[in-house]
Amino acid sequence: MNKHRTKGRRPAGRPAAGDGTPSRTDVRMDEDPGLPAEREATVGSAGGRARHAGQPGGRQGGQPGGQPGGRAAGSPGEPEAESRSYYGLPVLNEPTWKDHDIAGYLFLGGLAGASSILAAAADLTGRPHLARAGKAGALCALGGSLYALIHDLGRPARFLNMLRVFKVTSPMSVGTWILSAYGPQAGLAAATAVTGRFPRLGRAASAGAGLAGAAVATYTAVLVSDTAVPFWHDGHRELPLLFAGSAMASAGGLGMFAAPVAEAGPARNAALLGTALEVAAAQRMERRLGVVAEPLRQGKGRLARLGEGLSVAGALLGATAGRRSRAAAVAAGAALLAGSACTRFGIFHAGLTSARDPRYTVEPQRARLERDRRA
Amino acid sequence: MTLSGTAPGGTASGGSASGGTAFDPATASGYTDHPERMGFFTDTSICIGCKACEVACKEWNAVPEDGLDFTGMSYDNTKSLSADTWRHVAFIEQPRPLGHQEPGLGMDFRWLMASDVCKHCTHAACLDVCPTGSLFRTEYGTVVVQDDVCNGCGYCVPACPYGVIGKRESTGVAAKCTLCYDRLGVGQEPACAKSCPTDSIQFGELTELRERAARRLEQARAAGLDSARLYGHDPDDGVGGTGAFFLLLDEPEVYGLPPDPVVTTRDLPSMWRRAGAAAVVLLAGIAVATWGSRT
Repeated sequence: MNKHRTKGRRPAGRPAAGDGTPSRTDVRMDEDPGLPAEREATVGSAGGRARHAGQPGGRQGGQPGGQPGGRAAGSPGEPEAESRSYYGLPVLNEPTWKDHDIAGYLFLGGLAGASSILAAAADLTGRPHLARAGKAGALCALGGSLYALIHDLGRPARFLNMLRVFKVTSPMSVGTWILSAYGPQAGLAAATAVTGRFPRLGRAASAGAGLAGAAVATYTAVLVSDTAVPFWHDGHRELPLLFAGSAMASAGGLGMFAAPVAEAGPARNAALLGTALEVAAAQRMERRLGVVAEPLRQGKGRLARLGEGLSVAGALLGATAGRRSRAAAVAAGAALLAGSACTRFGIFHAGLTSARDPRYTVEPQRARLERDRRA
Repeated sequence: MTLSGTAPGGTASGGSASGGTAFDPATASGYTDHPERMGFFTDTSICIGCKACEVACKEWNAVPEDGLDFTGMSYDNTKSLSADTWRHVAFIEQPRPLGHQEPGLGMDFRWLMASDVCKHCTHAACLDVCPTGSLFRTEYGTVVVQDDVCNGCGYCVPACPYGVIGKRESTGVAAKCTLCYDRLGVGQEPACAKSCPTDSIQFGELTELRERAARRLEQARAAGLDSARLYGHDPDDGVGGTGAFFLLLDEPEVYGLPPDPVVTTRDLPSMWRRAGAAAVVLLAGIAVATWGSRT
């Protein structure tokens, strides 16, 4: 016998209330012989209703959701036709993450990681200016990332608590360790490149930072996808490629922005390739998600479209006028950086919107249940 | 849809109780000699909306006040679960009959009231994603936040498919129902169940609660409550069944509950694979961009 007193398991006849009589409100004391029979009554079982009218199609769950979509959810003849909700209130609790911190980190982390890769490649192909720009830029972006991540904590002084555990089930824990591996190497790579000292150590750190940078730039997709936020979670197939493309484009932008035209060939190519990857992944995601991708066209979610436009413009400008004119290269680089930032902010806000409207939580789940029921 | 597997939904209304050899979260978390898994069965058909559970919870757990708002939508001014609301009573008015009852209003009418709470999932997303180990599984199979370890990263908040856990403004750390871990330790039932005047909230061993709920469902159906169904009782649902489950009189979303919640980490292996592939694409892409460049 468990030591906990669970209701309905009290010994028969034992007073439940202090006055010595069995409590008349304890409807769970089913088998207690001391109780009058009418206590077995079930709500709704008594009353004067002679007829038992067939269930009318009443389907008012409080009021319908914020925006009753009017989408067919059931088969013909079923009363359910639109998604229902509790007074239009969200099912999920909205993320507490601030956009300037976490969307900012999605951008800066991608920029840092991809810049380290580009810098390592520039190192290996004898492009010192491009390498130095990438390494210095990566370190600055990393600094911004760490600031944003710690600033967003409810208890910033406890940020080291992240290092208590390693959990593969927590992308944030994995990310913490990825950053711990990446940070020192990126710092070393930048310091040796800027000062020109310890070149051999610098090359090793640069290669290491490049490899770890690939993880830094892509794990953030898992970070947001591993939530119940409909847009982020359902986008988990395409978000890693989208983030990789956006990161590559921003690193290309930084290279064009900071390195001389003669050395920036890889940056221009990276911008083109990254933008193409980003746009392709985004289109595929939007098509596949259907309703759940709607927040991309609402409010600040629209920043993603703006970001795409800026990236395409920057990449094309860089690949044309940016080959000859330093000014054009700087403008293209700035557009690419702004584009990548806008994309991340847009995706971040689309997630928040999808969490706020119960429709995006309920409708896909209803559709899934319906499919399972038919199967 | 992106989700694999064919988990039957959380709304399946059959009365199947657990098989006894079901996945036990406390055992899976490394407890060898542990008590039975404890939980709540909230029978909303006998909830009278008194909110004694809300009050008892706030009092026992010293949960701070979180705004005295007038919503104007119903008798519910609490709105939803959050860091500072661990029990929430929903009020729903519907122009439908309740079983054979005659409301005497000249129209069909019923009032649905339900006390919502943390589900203490078998597969708990909040616990999975917590990067500090602040959230942990107790020996009773429940999920509890250690507020001296939590650093307020907020990851658990969007991870929860039910919108339960939140970040408390005043302390900056996550907070939610503990299933009165402190009371369980001394053989007491949780404050909400203790205070519930109709025993709509029943506390006990989960296996027994599931059997009791199945009986109750039959009884309710026999009494004409055709719309009665269990929610969260099924160990095969997307979260492996919940430690706190419900008898509802309408679809879950009417009460603000997700109809088919899935623990987000179920898709995590596929996410990591795709991120790994994306990392390779990123490396290869920059390599092509660099070595393919003529300048």
